[in-house]
Amino acid sequence: MIKAILVFNNHGKPRLSKFYQYFVSKSQKLIHSTQSHMYVYRRLRGQMADLNEDMQQQIIKETFQLVSKREDNVCNFLEGGSLIGGSDYKLIYRHYATLYFVFCVDSSESELGILDLIQVFVETLDKCFENVCELDLIFHVDKVHYILNELVMGGMVLETNMSEILTRVEEQSKLEKQEAGITAAPARAVSAVKNMNLSQQIKDIKLPDLPQAIKDLKF
Amino acid sequence: MALRKVKGNLERMFDKNLTDLVRGIRNNKENEAKFIAQCIEEIKQELRQENISVKANAVAKLTYLQMMGYDVSWAGFNVIEVMSSTKFTYKRIGYLAASQTFHPDTGLLMLTTNMVRKDLNSQSQYEAGLALSGLSCFISPDLARDLANDIMTLLSSTRPYLRKKAVLMMYKVFLRFPEALRPAFPRLKEKLEDPDSGVQSAAVNVVCELARKNPKNYLSLAPVFFKLMTTSTNNWMLIKIIKLFGALTPLEPRLGKKLIEPLTNLIHSTSAMSLLYECINTVIAVLISISSGMPNHSTSIQLCVQKLRILIEDSDQNLKYLGLLAMSKILKTHPKSVQSHKDLILQCLDDKDESIRLRALDLLYGMVSKKNLMEIVKKLMIHMDKAEGTSYRDELLSKIVEICSQNNYQHITNFEWYVSVLVELTRMEGTKHGPLVANQLLDVAIRVSAIRSFVVAQMALLLDNAHFITGFSQRASMCEVLYAAAWICGEFSEFLPDTKSTLEALLRARVSSLPGHIQAVYVQNIMKLYGRLLTANVDDANIDSDMVAKSMVEEISELVAGRLPSFVESSELEVQERASVALQLVKFVQKQMGKGQAAGLGAEIVSLFDGELNPVAPKAQKKVQVPEGLDLDEWINEPPPSESSDSEPEIERPNLFSAGNAENSYSESYQGAKPVELTQEELQKHRDARKFEQASNPNYLKGGTSESKSNYIDVSEVPVAQLDLPVSLKIPGLVSSDHYLKEQKEKVTSKKKVTKKKKKSKKSKESSDEEELATPLHVVNTDVGEMPEGASLSDGQDDENNDSNDPHRALDINLDEPLRAEEKLPVRSHREAPPSKLEVVGLKDEGSKKNKKKSLKKEDKKEKTKKSKKEKSVVMDLIQNGEHPNPPANEPSTDFWLDHADYEAMPDTSMSKSLLEEQENGKTKKKSCKSKEKTKDKKKRKEKNVIKSEDTDSLATDIASLSVEPSFVPNFVQVASNKDKTVSISTLPQLSGSQLLISVTVNNTTVSPLRSAEISFSKNADLELIPDGLKTTEFGSYRFQQEFPPGCLTFPLLFNVANVNSAYNVKATVIFNLESNQDKIDLAVNVPSALFLKPMPISGSDFAEKLASGDMQHLTSKKFQTKKTFKEALGFCMAIFCLVEQIGDTASLSAQTPKGQQVFLLLKSQGGTLSLDGKSDNQELIENVVQWLQQVLSA
Repeated sequence: MIKAILVFNNHGKPRLSKFYQYFVSKSQKLIHSTQSHMYVYRRLRGQMADLNEDMQQQIIKETFQLVSKREDNVCNFLEGGSLIGGSDYKLIYRHYATLYFVFCVDSSESELGILDLIQVFVETLDKCFENVCELDLIFHVDKVHYILNELVMGGMVLETNMSEILTRVEEQSKLEKQEAGITAAPARAVSAVKNMNLSQQIKDIKLPDLPQAIKDLKF
Repeated sequence: MALRKVKGNLERMFDKNLTDLVRGIRNNKENEAKFIAQCIEEIKQELRQENISVKANAVAKLTYLQMMGYDVSWAGFNVIEVMSSTKFTYKRIGYLAASQTFHPDTGLLMLTTNMVRKDLNSQSQYEAGLALSGLSCFISPDLARDLANDIMTLLSSTRPYLRKKAVLMMYKVFLRFPEALRPAFPRLKEKLEDPDSGVQSAAVNVVCELARKNPKNYLSLAPVFFKLMTTSTNNWMLIKIIKLFGALTPLEPRLGKKLIEPLTNLIHSTSAMSLLYECINTVIAVLISISSGMPNHSTSIQLCVQKLRILIEDSDQNLKYLGLLAMSKILKTHPKSVQSHKDLILQCLDDKDESIRLRALDLLYGMVSKKNLMEIVKKLMIHMDKAEGTSYRDELLSKIVEICSQNNYQHITNFEWYVSVLVELTRMEGTKHGPLVANQLLDVAIRVSAIRSFVVAQMALLLDNAHFITGFSQRASMCEVLYAAAWICGEFSEFLPDTKSTLEALLRARVSSLPGHIQAVYVQNIMKLYGRLLTANVDDANIDSDMVAKSMVEEISELVAGRLPSFVESSELEVQERASVALQLVKFVQKQMGKGQAAGLGAEIVSLFDGELNPVAPKAQKKVQVPEGLDLDEWINEPPPSESSDSEPEIERPNLFSAGNAENSYSESYQGAKPVELTQEELQKHRDARKFEQASNPNYLKGGTSESKSNYIDVSEVPVAQLDLPVSLKIPGLVSSDHYLKEQKEKVTSKKKVTKKKKKSKKSKESSDEEELATPLHVVNTDVGEMPEGASLSDGQDDENNDSNDPHRALDINLDEPLRAEEKLPVRSHREAPPSKLEVVGLKDEGSKKNKKKSLKKEDKKEKTKKSKKEKSVVMDLIQNGEHPNPPANEPSTDFWLDHADYEAMPDTSMSKSLLEEQENGKTKKKSCKSKEKTKDKKKRKEKNVIKSEDTDSLATDIASLSVEPSFVPNFVQVASNKDKTVSISTLPQLSGSQLLISVTVNNTTVSPLRSAEISFSKNADLELIPDGLKTTEFGSYRFQQEFPPGCLTFPLLFNVANVNSAYNVKATVIFNLESNQDKIDLAVNVPSALFLKPMPISGSDFAEKLASGDMQHLTSKKFQTKKTFKEALGFCMAIFCLVEQIGDTASLSAQTPKGQQVFLLLKSQGGTLSLDGKSDNQELIENVVQWLQQVLSA
């Protein structure tokens, strides 16, 4: 199972976070175990949502600290941080230019397999956004999620064939376009105007060409 | 209409969209929080508008903010609104938001059931796919139960895209709703042979996840997987299958033998490193599981090790890492074959990559021998000096200790060397392993009696230079070493070179800055030394005449009496207490001396510390049996309930004498375990055995305590600042470990010279040379230590640390058992649903027909061998479906498959296949007949289901499908609303402990919030509201402190109930302000007394006895006509009662109130007439219960 997929930049800013596990902290587990007192349970449950978001942020932070201090020529595996479940989980990551792609997985996943999956993910992004760069991820995080949903579902690998993934993504965006039709035209015009001065700042943080070394690993 | 649309879009243009939000955040880096707060306000505005596109836009922005760490759970209702949009674009936004923000505990999820079902059954595959993807992230037990059937239907969709997703979804369903596993499993198995490889891969994935936690239930699938493994070329799937086999082999060694051949073939042939690596891993697992009896056993190991060496030598750091990881698995069982690659592993210790160094460290454990231990440790010490980052240093330190102490120090030949290593380690700053080093020092000092004088001398030096250890940082854990030092010096004080100066060192003022438990040991050992000095100076000579000795003793007493008060003032209770006792003793000695009666005092003080401290086995404390009549799980004092939430995590302080922290963590799991019970005979045997062992063991130690050596690793990470070491750290007198290394080398070289000369005469000398060198200088006491009587030193009890929250525990279900009739997925449908249901069924049938046709064609093409295999698997399906008359027939076939490798050592698998075929051919005819029957049956069942859902309402279907399963919960929900139906309040009474909980849900469908809501109750003496979260007003009503925004909000009202025997009708009025108008809602909550009943399990004989005893004197009977069948009525009753006995259409049931009053019920059915006979020890109660049951059952 994949427990979480995180993408963040060289400064630790999250660009995508997908958690396939609802993180429960120690005190929350306690609440779960003492459900008998319904009222206390309910009152605390209100605060739990908050805790979940906090937990997620802390995990991102911790993972960033673990990953960012590693040099580029060391191996791509390390044991998970204490928050995400310690050494039962592995962090498998790849670093592309300004972005870290981190998958947190348990022992049922093949390490090299996941490494390939990250590659497939990034290559798919590259195809969908035509030379993907960090800004694409910043402004289209929803699309990134949709692409990811075709790769991984509920923490399990759904599809690894890139052309199949691309077909699915494209067909769905076609559906969206059909729905938008004529009524979306004015909105599109406005966003085009809004985006006018965007063009000058983009595309400077390009991801590099995909490393050749990886090809050896490929199936 | 069109104009309105355009207008809406125009408005929308000027709302911020997601891009604007992101850009805004980037442009407002300085005051991001303020900007986002403003955005959230805008989003709240947008969410209030009716236009769905505006809402979707707002929800999209919220999803982004959630990623930034903002809590957006307040918008859950709006997310659901957007999810329910008919447009794919918005639906997608909604589902994305839901998958990011919802979780199984989200209360709102119950609102989504029907919407998700609709989406699952959508004509568009992408809508259904969207629903599946979303659902996989937030599925709750309720949703899993309600939607399991719909997802099952999708398993046979014509579109591979949906089948694939549905297969993966089933895993999530199983996790939340384990009852679905058995009915759904045959279908899942079919998917292993789906024509689409993606679906196949997904099914393999799901079975792997299931089998990882409960492998034994999936052994019967081994043949299917074996076939997949030998035929498939999909590497992803192969990896999963091979991993699965790795989990299965420990349970079935025969499987392992069968696997070796194809796996080695794969290892030789594949070019994919990931596959190669997993193959090696599984071969290792197989080799571990097979103890002996494999002819080519060693060749497989050799192959693995060779391939791993290639991985480790690779320039790719990832392969290197994995190679080392796999190597450490081999090390456990085949250390010899790993040892030959020592050079490579030592080389990895110098790698620049920390992860690789850590893995290499793991392997070192198996690399050491008596010969190279010193060298390796030296290397590690050098690494430690160079290492950056405390965690790596800590790892090094614990590894040094681990490899040195393994197997009762078996590799250590010179303990002086080891002690000096430990002393050198004390100079490591900022490590968290102080307790570990202290433990080792104590252990060595106790176990190796010959080393004591050396240890004591070193420890005295340490105490003298204690400021080096404590000087830099208060939090450094290395000061724990002083604990060991003080104790060793005190306990073995006879070896002290200069007792007095050590005593002075212990009494130094700085000592008071040490942690309390160390100070306590200091005080205790000060007294030991004091006693020793007294005996030395007082007792030998004639004290009263020897003036020198007398003045000496006086001086010492003065010193001790002068310094002890500072300990007495300690804030630590332990220190204080010990110090004041010690102080009084010293004062007493002083007084006696003043009187001139000091002779013999020293011996008396020494006798205080006399006595044997025998070694205690590590698990001895836990093995002490619980005395009869002591219930450890019972509360001594009931804890106040509110405290359960805010209990703080206990601050862990490493406690030396409780043998490490690892053990503490076990104690939780230990509570449930029963102590080993032994008969009297066995007890005696154990005792005798131990006595004999003690008597015959020359190393058995009479004094001293022993620590467990196995539990040192402290998991909690202590952040400690790294400090620069000043150069002048060398303490004069402390021996350096290098010295011993040199010594050893010299010895070796000199011996080699000798042997070289001798070699000519005797060639075999070299082996004996090793032995000679290996003879240890000191003897280690390797006694296990004392155990409580009757306890054996087994490790079994520590294995039960399973997490009770693990959902996989519920999935430990035997899948080979045939399905029972009542094991079906709950089918829920509404009244509108049947037509569409029919369509789906029709479609499904067509689909399956098509599939069959396809598979038929394929089969024709395939070779005969494969055909028979397929048929065989059909038979297995049949058996698992439960349509086979004698189910155990399944096992032999798997067994046969497995055993085959045993009988025929034939390497060629196709040959064994053909053999198998022959065996099967005889049975084939029978099977085809059965498979026909099976399909007929299936159709019939389908028809039945459809009819059911058409002509009965959902409630009836529930009960029918659940048969007499008591999972049905009676529904007490009552709804009331105000005059114009804009605000409604639903109430649900529930039992919570012995209190009544009424959950009140306010559904505000207007756009403005309800303000200053008040609730007032009609008086009832037996019910008392606990006004938590409410304010009392002067008119006896209660005011809610919060507003009720548009949407749903649930809050609990908790009542103390004085009399649980009667039924209540709670009347309440809620008054609130809505858009400046006052409005009110009258609530009437019926609380039947049956609500207070809980099922009470009781055996049939107890039941009869109780009835006969005459306690249950109150009787109420009712007879009435009803449309409900007996089964339905019983199912209903079993929500409240526990079934005692059922004979035909008669059932006896039992229940009790929280106060312990019992209710027995006899339910009879005769042709449409139900009769209820209730008996209880309370008249009011039984009347109420029976009356209520009649009401409900006759309705």
